[in-house]
Amino acid sequence: MEHFTPLSAAIGGALIGLAATILWAFNGRTAGVSGVFGGLYPPRQGDVWWRLAFLVGLPVGAVIGANVAPRVLAEVATTLPAVDLPVIGMVVAGLLVGIGTRLGRGCTSGHGICGLARLSRRSFVAVAIFMATAIATVFITRHVI
Amino acid sequence: MSRPVTGLVAVVASALSGVIFGLGLAVARMTDPQKIKDFLDIAAIPEGGWDPSLAFVMGGAAIVAFFGLRLDRLLRKPLAAAAFAPSPAPRIDRPLVVGSAIFGVGWGLSGLCPGPAIADLGLIAGGVLPFVLAMLAGSWLAEAFPIPRIGNNSAKMAVE
Repeated sequence: MEHFTPLSAAIGGALIGLAATILWAFNGRTAGVSGVFGGLYPPRQGDVWWRLAFLVGLPVGAVIGANVAPRVLAEVATTLPAVDLPVIGMVVAGLLVGIGTRLGRGCTSGHGICGLARLSRRSFVAVAIFMATAIATVFITRHVI
Repeated sequence: MSRPVTGLVAVVASALSGVIFGLGLAVARMTDPQKIKDFLDIAAIPEGGWDPSLAFVMGGAAIVAFFGLRLDRLLRKPLAAAAFAPSPAPRIDRPLVVGSAIFGVGWGLSGLCPGPAIADLGLIAGGVLPFVLAMLAGSWLAEAFPIPRIGNNSAKMAVE
């Protein structure tokens, strides 16, 4: 387990929980990322700006975190993240994630964090299913093909 | 349908939530698709190469959110909006099952789910842009052209 980073994982997770708390307490909305951008289409009057503000905040926070976190916590890697699929693979994967999260009404944040925190039965089922197909997909692409 | 959220305070709170969310993803290194795949790669458990970090992220987030998402019991309404969004009906229907299965395949292929993909626009924009554009297109296509069988099923269930 050379790459296991429990401390930064738990702290980062707590920050995500705090973000979900803020969005719920102030706006009464669930911090599910697929739900936030999904609600931009079809657009509803008066329901656009908070979504855009949240979505623009994500990369801003990631840049701050990537620069500050490695200086505070030694276990956080300093290298940039890397994607390992060709462009066509990224497009196919992106389509599957977009279609799947729209049909299933949630992703790793909406079902995986907010739904589980609410003890929602729907979310427990969703998480079990997407974890299972993701694990199967990684098994096939890393160990079979 | 939940009521629209408007007003400067709501938009600022939303931006703050997004920034803290992105900060948390970067601190936990969930912005790195390889780290996600190292969690999903359970075949590496016997060799000692498995990375359980993602479970700690979800655990840390769920513990804080467990309390935070119960604030509606203390507040009559959100601090900057008219009402708390209602919970969806607790129904296990076909779109939930099929959609989650499809999502997992895309997540496993790329190591990217929606939050990290959008957060990565700040770190590796060129690398994730095709994914993000396809993801938005997929979400909006699924809404504009629902698969008939799935659409009928959920419509029927709604009537029931």
